[in-house]
Amino acid sequence: MNYITGNVTGVNGNLVSVHIDGSIRKNEVGYILVDDKRLKGEIIRVNDGIADMQIYEMTEGIKVGDKAEFTGELMSVELGPGLLSQIYDGLQNPLPDLAEKCGFFLERGEYLNPIPNKDWDFTPVVAVGDTVRPGDTIGTVPEGLFTHRIMVPFGLSNEDWTIESIVPGGTYNVRDNIAVIKNGKGAKETLSMVFSWPIKKPITCYAQRLRPDEPLITQIRCIDTFLPIAKGGTFCVPGPFGAGKTVLQHMEAKNADVDIVIVAACGERAGEVVEILKEFPELVDPRTGRSLMERTIIICNTSSMPVAAREASVYTGITLAEYYRQMGLSVLMLADSTSRWAQAMREMSGRLEEIPGDEAFPAYLESVIASFYERAGKVRLNDGQIASVTIGGTVSPAGGNFEEPVTQATLKVVGAFHGLSRERSDARKYPSIHPIDSWSKYAGIADGAKVDEARNILIRSTEINQMMKVVGEEGISAEDYITYQKGELLDAAYLQQDSFDPIDAACGPERQLREFRVMYDILTSTYALENKNDIRMFFNELRQLLLDWHTIEFNTEQFDAQEKQIKAFYMSKSCE
Amino acid sequence: MQKVYTKIESIVGNVVSVRAHGIRNGDLALVGNSYANVIKLDNDLVFLQVFAGTQGVSTTDMVKFLGKPMMVSYSDHLLGRVFTGSGVPRDNGPALTENMIPIGGPSVNPARRIVPKKMIRTGIPMIDVFNTLVESQKLPIFSVSGEPYNELLARIAMQAEVDVIVLGGMGLKYDDYLFFRETLEKSGAMGHTVMFVHTASDPTVECTLVPDMALAVAERFALDGKRVLVLLTDMTNFADAQKEAAITMEQVPSNRGYPGDLYSCLASRYEKAVDFEGAGSVTILSVTTMPGDDVTHPVPDNTGYITEGQYYLKGGRIEPFGSLSRLKQNVNGTTRSDHRALMDGMIKLYSAYKESLEKKAMGFLMSDWDEKLLKYGALFESELMDLRVNISLEEALDLGWKILAECFEPNETGLKTNLIQERWPKELNQN
Repeated sequence: MNYITGNVTGVNGNLVSVHIDGSIRKNEVGYILVDDKRLKGEIIRVNDGIADMQIYEMTEGIKVGDKAEFTGELMSVELGPGLLSQIYDGLQNPLPDLAEKCGFFLERGEYLNPIPNKDWDFTPVVAVGDTVRPGDTIGTVPEGLFTHRIMVPFGLSNEDWTIESIVPGGTYNVRDNIAVIKNGKGAKETLSMVFSWPIKKPITCYAQRLRPDEPLITQIRCIDTFLPIAKGGTFCVPGPFGAGKTVLQHMEAKNADVDIVIVAACGERAGEVVEILKEFPELVDPRTGRSLMERTIIICNTSSMPVAAREASVYTGITLAEYYRQMGLSVLMLADSTSRWAQAMREMSGRLEEIPGDEAFPAYLESVIASFYERAGKVRLNDGQIASVTIGGTVSPAGGNFEEPVTQATLKVVGAFHGLSRERSDARKYPSIHPIDSWSKYAGIADGAKVDEARNILIRSTEINQMMKVVGEEGISAEDYITYQKGELLDAAYLQQDSFDPIDAACGPERQLREFRVMYDILTSTYALENKNDIRMFFNELRQLLLDWHTIEFNTEQFDAQEKQIKAFYMSKSCE
Repeated sequence: MQKVYTKIESIVGNVVSVRAHGIRNGDLALVGNSYANVIKLDNDLVFLQVFAGTQGVSTTDMVKFLGKPMMVSYSDHLLGRVFTGSGVPRDNGPALTENMIPIGGPSVNPARRIVPKKMIRTGIPMIDVFNTLVESQKLPIFSVSGEPYNELLARIAMQAEVDVIVLGGMGLKYDDYLFFRETLEKSGAMGHTVMFVHTASDPTVECTLVPDMALAVAERFALDGKRVLVLLTDMTNFADAQKEAAITMEQVPSNRGYPGDLYSCLASRYEKAVDFEGAGSVTILSVTTMPGDDVTHPVPDNTGYITEGQYYLKGGRIEPFGSLSRLKQNVNGTTRSDHRALMDGMIKLYSAYKESLEKKAMGFLMSDWDEKLLKYGALFESELMDLRVNISLEEALDLGWKILAECFEPNETGLKTNLIQERWPKELNQN
């Protein structure tokens, strides 16, 4: 293959300048040849015939005059059957394969085939003479739980292509040629089950984008009832360190009601990824009875891995998500943490000597974040099926202060905000999502008006609590004290959830609705109690009953009996 | 082949530049008598960061490129020795040149990491009982200057059951350096200790090299099957040295003057903590002083996002609130049946004590329950929180039960009934 080549003229951190002979494209991938290694990089600026490349590896050992090669292709990922349950780095390098080849350490310049060389049972769904367009299905293979569609590459020109030939059903290697297609001008394309797609370009081979109006159940009460997220929507989870961002994301990854989960660990601790790696294969997805790992892809570019690849890792994740959306599936993409990605942009921007914006982040920070979250969406595919990509990103604001640029830029574009609070996590109130400061623009599973009413009681309760700090318990009326206790009860016995309890860890939608009805009834009843001690005792006992209720299996006699007991208990003190 | 140049083009801060060809990024050079490394290449201009600083460097000084990156010698001969940040002996021993290994090597493949599950016993109840240190954990001690953090570090180093200790000192006061040396020598731990020490009076560039040197050596020991404890004190000085270097290189500062890559800088060091399957492990215990007790300062803040918890040293004690070992769940389920429950129960009661204390300070009436809590809190602080207490985990747990029994009735502790029947001290109960 004939590469456009060039020579290195400068090195500054992971920014390498290359003098080029010939034509290149911005954002195309190139390699620097050092000793016997080829170091991957991407052209991010061209200036006076010098291309500035960000290198995805450590740049030690590069010298002026070293040769560079350009591929003419944009930074891309390989798409095809076999992606599920894989563990990739930010550049779609399969990490377990790399470990087998290189041992304990990540050797630079090693790039392996992302899609395993495997045979698949192919069933064609088109015949010779049929016309297809990019994104249309030409056949299917079974991939674990799903029917994986083999599609016409999205990158072909959007016109009618005719099937010239297609193999009959049978077992083929993933890279075997399976079909030939021809367009009106007579150009032919040979297709295998694998093709590549540039990660920075959204996949748009669908008929229509729809409004995200169907709740995405996470089985976390606080989210599903009060701060819902929607299939095809976006949400962000900012929080200081130690507030439980990653634990919350893992819970979402485990319990979310979606077909596929893609976890992009971007610039975070390696240990947390290891937890997923060791835990998920053992966990059983209750919806399918299969291992959770079978519906999961992990993109892992941890904090000590090369910084430039961090940016690539979130795009790699979202591209894989969009690919599976094309198959009519609902996909949840979790990025932990988008702040690290923004910091990688800041580092590169500094090296390029761009004029810095707020806290030295580049001026384009907001637009880049916005266009990333905009890749989420619920769509109607060309064949009428509904599919979705939901994005949830954590943000790690410096000093836990939400006023910083990354949090603010994210809040502008997301549909739900789950702000974690240090006070709540210090008080061991998990999930530590702040129930009052957080918001969601999506409709949840419960009646919106009732949820608002409950929330207002919580707000009022917090105000009374503040007041009590000044005037003491004796300074407020019994009525206010009851409202205060109601808010505390809602927090302790509904919003908080014990992720270590086998039953309470996942609270399904029906169960939530049933529990919420009881909670709503408790909150809106008036009680014939005057003495503050009695009030406290009453609510303490009620709380204990409700907490016990959480740990009883749903749809059992005990569950119903406990509900009856709770109702009888609070009705006995109720005025009505 | 070594190349020699004699015309220095510029000297700015600790960075000099010369015109040279065929020089590799990251290579080591000698500028006069001091080592330097290549940090930037721009056509034929080579920028070198001089480890010993550029004071007195002349434009005609000799620059000799050594054609290799910064390395450190690795062998058992390192044990018991003390070096500077650039690897020059600080004791009277010979320079080591055999078996040179590169520093700042590649990171460990996450797919090869394992879930840590071995406890490191330190004899400090606030660590062993409440925030257990786990092998291959990375944990900083957040502290205000003036707190006895180096004493704490030295004590953990002496008592921890590890094979090798690597101490990286950054911006250490000379007295502190001598303190570490004497303490380790007296306890006999010096025989399995390597020290890389940058004192406050040494050139700042050397400060930025200390963690890389220490961790490169530690990693090798671990690959050879040793359980290594790396002590880094103080990482705030390291970050400040990075800041100084970045600003001289005219990098755009991000937050309070620190460079935008502070997080990556710290993370690539801390992430060297690892448990190698089938070999040894690297555990990192560091000190991060918080200027003005401000946990939102960029250094402790970024550190908190990287490390697996933190010990919060305040008033000469490890505070139970604010301290956290994220890996304690991995080990405290298997130490003793009452460990977890007692840990949670005692902390909840201590938190209630703090509330009572606040009420007392505001002049509210103290109930019987408040009085019990006040007694409990005082005992808890003197018998468990005091850093001088030096007892094993089992003794500490027994002591915990004893304190509970002295202050409360069994049903007031919120502990499970079966646990109380098993562990509640009998003789005290009858009093």
